Amino acid sequence: MSTTLNLKLKVWRQESADDVGAFEYYDVAVADDASFLEMLDYVNEGLILDDREPIAFDHDCREGICGSCSLMIDGQAHGPQKGTATCQLFMRKFSDGDEIVVEPWRAAGFPLVKDLAVNRAAFDRIIEAGGYISVNTGAAPDANITLVPKEAADAAMDAAACIGCGACVAACPNSAGNLFTAAKLQHLNLLPQGQPERLARTEAMVEKMEEFFGSCTNHGECQEACPKEISVDFIAMMNRDYLKAKLANRKRSGQKKFG
Amino acid sequence: MALTLDSKTPEGPLADKWDKHKFDLKLVAPHNRRKFEVIVVGSGLAGAAAAASLGEAGYNVSVFTYHDSPRRAHSIAAQGGINGAKNYKNDGDSIQRLFYDTIKGGDYRSRESNVYRLAQSSVNIIDQATAQGVPFAREYGGLLDNRSFGGAQVSRTFYARGQTGQQLLLGAYQALARQIQLGTVTLYNRMDMQDVVVHDGRAVGITARDLLTGEISAHSAHAVLLATGGYGNVYFLSTNAKACNVTATWRAHKKGAAFANPCFTQIHPTCIPPADEFQSKLTLMSESLRNDGRIWVPSAMEETRAPGEIQDADRDYFLERKYPAFGNLVPRDVASRNAKIVVDEGRGVGSLKNGVYLDFADSIGRLGKETIKARYGNLFDMYERITGEDPYSVPMRIYPATHYTMGGLWVDYNLQTTVPGLFALGEANFSDHGANRLGASALMQGLADGYFVAPSTVAGYLSGLLGDAPVETSHEAFTSSLASTQDMVDQLVAIKGTKTPDHYHRELGKLVWDYCGMSRSKAGLETALSEIPALREEFWKEVKVLGSGNGFNQSLEKALRIADFMEMAELKVSDALHREESCGGHFREEHQTPEGEALRDDEDFAYVAAWEYGGPDIHKDSILNKEPLIFDNVKLSQRSYK
Repeated sequence: MSTTLNLKLKVWRQESADDVGAFEYYDVAVADDASFLEMLDYVNEGLILDDREPIAFDHDCREGICGSCSLMIDGQAHGPQKGTATCQLFMRKFSDGDEIVVEPWRAAGFPLVKDLAVNRAAFDRIIEAGGYISVNTGAAPDANITLVPKEAADAAMDAAACIGCGACVAACPNSAGNLFTAAKLQHLNLLPQGQPERLARTEAMVEKMEEFFGSCTNHGECQEACPKEISVDFIAMMNRDYLKAKLANRKRSGQKKFG
Repeated sequence: MALTLDSKTPEGPLADKWDKHKFDLKLVAPHNRRKFEVIVVGSGLAGAAAAASLGEAGYNVSVFTYHDSPRRAHSIAAQGGINGAKNYKNDGDSIQRLFYDTIKGGDYRSRESNVYRLAQSSVNIIDQATAQGVPFAREYGGLLDNRSFGGAQVSRTFYARGQTGQQLLLGAYQALARQIQLGTVTLYNRMDMQDVVVHDGRAVGITARDLLTGEISAHSAHAVLLATGGYGNVYFLSTNAKACNVTATWRAHKKGAAFANPCFTQIHPTCIPPADEFQSKLTLMSESLRNDGRIWVPSAMEETRAPGEIQDADRDYFLERKYPAFGNLVPRDVASRNAKIVVDEGRGVGSLKNGVYLDFADSIGRLGKETIKARYGNLFDMYERITGEDPYSVPMRIYPATHYTMGGLWVDYNLQTTVPGLFALGEANFSDHGANRLGASALMQGLADGYFVAPSTVAGYLSGLLGDAPVETSHEAFTSSLASTQDMVDQLVAIKGTKTPDHYHRELGKLVWDYCGMSRSKAGLETALSEIPALREEFWKEVKVLGSGNGFNQSLEKALRIADFMEMAELKVSDALHREESCGGHFREEHQTPEGEALRDDEDFAYVAAWEYGGPDIHKDSILNKEPLIFDNVKLSQRSYK
């Protein structure tokens, strides 16, 4: 049976990126088997009836897979539970009487939309720069023609589990996008199918990333915040590939020049 | 005015129809393709795959999604897998068998030719996805692994841990991103389609609302593809993502597209039961869990012991008992209905007695905890996060929830709706799953439609328009659509009533679930038909949407969607009332066998019910059109999973 928690929320409210924002306070009594977003729904229902505009926040699947939800909760991206997106965080992780601070992702690469919602289009731009294997529909050979060692497929899947939520950027003191970019890169770079474009892809995606995000200084906060617990090892792999890419791609352009 | 429902099914043997049809379809030469504009609404499996493939072919494609990124479409949440008739397991699978399983699983209410093409395409999908780098599970030798799924006796399901939908969607999204980079596809994100624009009897574009600014704009094209998913959120509580809605297909319906079989809804057997009144959605646990979990309830109603203390003799493994051949792997509708029966008997488990056990103790004993963890680890973790219980030591509690809608816009063999130039793909159409969908078939259908069917059939349509410029957006067809869309927004904002949009959505959902859910009766459906219009009327008088229509307003987004659900729900109930038989997910209490199984009436109801919009009094005004279903290749039989 559930118990009721009496909580004080301190929520960031901001009309748009051009306006000045501020914290507002709300008291809420909620069952501990509600999810964090259900708690916000409940607050919003009350706000509407009270003629106050509801809090805007992004969310959709509420199963921890679509990557829409965000929220800095008490200074932690996706809140206190490790390996868990905000939508899968339940109020039983909090105690009666807690004050909970709720803020949007704060990063220059993620401009604010309204209240707790931000614009994460930079991630799409990074994928567009090269986060794919170039194969047109219909051009594929039989799926079992290329053997993929189980270890490689598993490691690629570990990276591919990224949900693109942006917690890594929000948690990083430099607002770096390295964990996201590395996960997307290594998903493809670890597979045989991804080899032909490996170096070109790496260079293009890393350089696109740098247009939006800060530099990685190996804090590792991203891995801690990641709801899919993606390892910073992928960043090391990305850095190696990037180094190789800079050398190999330069050599290749040199060859073009002279040959 | 009755519609002519020409399915355009090609002549000839089943196995040759698609090849023959592709040959008969007119082509657009590569240098002419850039002269055509195509709009794709939705960026899930069907939408992203279609947009990418059409972009690769050389058409100018515009993709609209209400998400911030195309990658967030709800296809991403599919867990278990995707069927492919590869027969890599040498266990007797074939295209013919996948076709047969799908027709039978759909309780003989789908079109043979479409289903056969789906089974044929399944093979290519696996190849395509693998080439894109989708990290499907592998065996130690490096070959692809398979598992079995409900409704099948072969292992034909390919999977990527418990995140198959995510990985397939990322594959399609990455293909789409490549085309965006190449300039063949233009992405419109956070844009919510509001209306299909029809001129001279053809779809010529859409209007869409920018969710950030509130601006409603017109977009012109030679063809419009709706890949906008299903209407499961009509129940409010479902496993669908919160934003899933019927708006695109419903507004298309009001512009002339027939809506087929709206009463066919799939109730998925393995979801986590609701915990309290704040519940905002239900969470699905992949039915792949039924491979290793055993479903049971206590034999006695008054059982109070903890599950671990209940001896085998005091447990009722009701699916294994009633269906020895398929056991826990019976199709979804059968599993769901049987769970409802035992819970209604008062043998439900959990503090609210609203679930049944899904128990892994035997599998953990046989295979070890590590193996179970490797197979289902992420699902077990998710269950633990939601319920606070550890499924490795305590059986899961599950109960059915709305998951998928087999009904949708009526389409012909070309996936074209009754409005020329307007196509519907994936869950948005009705075509392949009949009255019940088999597990691991939704991903298959979305991708088959998107990668392989639409690129050919849309080209066939476009070939007839060579030389025609798209209709100017200054045309009256567009300006009147813009005006009516703006009017609806203004009306909703002006009501300033007393109850929130969610309040009305919950009320509607409760009506539809109670009277048009897992089990339906004439009396119940008639009750719903009297209550839904009243609720709709109240909604339009009393809903409270704060803020303005200009700018980011999530309450307004919801209210616009609920307004459409309020109308669609009535058609769904009408359809359920008219279909005086039980089939698949549609169970009419008046029509059952003595053993309580669904009793079909092939004599009178072997047809697709395609409803034409007739006016605002949905139940009275909607016009029923019938497409008879002709089965030349399978013999209709009472489904038996015993």
